[in-house]
Amino acid sequence: MNWKRATIAGAFAFPIIGLFIYGLKHDPHDIPSPLPGKPAPTFALEVFAPGQPPLGRPIGDTVRLADLKGQVVVLNFWASWCLACRDEHRTLSEVARSYADKPVHFVGSLYQDTPNAGRQWIAELGGQSYPSVQDPRTRTAIDYGLYGVPETFIIGRDGLIAHKITGPASAAAVTQIVDSLLATPAPAKGAP
Amino acid sequence: MKPTSRVLSRVLSRMLSRVLTLAAVIVVVVVGAARAQTPQVSPRAAAGDSALEARTSAVAAQLRCPVCQGLSIQDSPSELAQQMRSLVRDQLADGKSPDAVKAYFISKYGEWILLAPAPHGFNLLAYALPVLAVLGGGLAIVLAIRRWTSGTPETT
Repeated sequence: MNWKRATIAGAFAFPIIGLFIYGLKHDPHDIPSPLPGKPAPTFALEVFAPGQPPLGRPIGDTVRLADLKGQVVVLNFWASWCLACRDEHRTLSEVARSYADKPVHFVGSLYQDTPNAGRQWIAELGGQSYPSVQDPRTRTAIDYGLYGVPETFIIGRDGLIAHKITGPASAAAVTQIVDSLLATPAPAKGAP
Repeated sequence: MKPTSRVLSRVLSRMLSRVLTLAAVIVVVVVGAARAQTPQVSPRAAAGDSALEARTSAVAAQLRCPVCQGLSIQDSPSELAQQMRSLVRDQLADGKSPDAVKAYFISKYGEWILLAPAPHGFNLLAYALPVLAVLGGGLAIVLAIRRWTSGTPETT
């Protein structure tokens, strides 16, 4: 009789305990993105922070993803109110400069912030090597399934999203991904 | 002093009724003025707007706000949720069906963006478990009552 009771209690308790253990080991904020491997959503966004030569673009210029076909694109979403963005700012700026003579294009996209605050933040942190664009009404950010900032999308020469980095990007991670994407040849012009 | 108090109460009640009448007149005038000031919208446009608003709300209530805990983009006041809601409205206004709008958000955020999981595969567990729990509980109660009532001699 006691064994029978223990079996019934166990049959109910173990699945529940198992669920709790799964829940404790699983970070609810760690949500897999469906985007890697899919074509990068197109965008045409206006430059508000010019960057520095040789990577700079004039203010008011439009950065179009369609114009960057055959290049590796590193798209970093950031905001001046985002503390973690400070951690990666210098890293990304330096990594971008190290690829200046390669077909790699870095672009920052401002997320829920004003261009003035963005420019002030860049000046305060000692400038940025690559240009930043503004994303009115957050449409591009939603197109990239953004949860928060910083998030960095690395787009291959084939126009597919190769990788998404959530949180501050490290130089090692970005370099490794960009190098591996550069190693694959650019698709022939006119290919779909 | 009874007559004086009666007179006083009569005066007071008369004053009160006058004040109430005046207040009612003021309310009518103010409300009338406010009505007159509201811009006249053609009834058809208003109907179209409210229909689109209702469809937007219906879709937005099913989509999860990415920066909240268990809130839909319909209920969340956060900036991202509001911008996502305006995107839902724009897509519906462009002629997309509610399912196509949901499919757009799923393609960007995964099925996680749906507040209620789609009823297939492992997700079915979320729908089946409450029913199973109620059935199991009911069964346990029936069995317990049977055990308590059967075989026990009446004490009265």
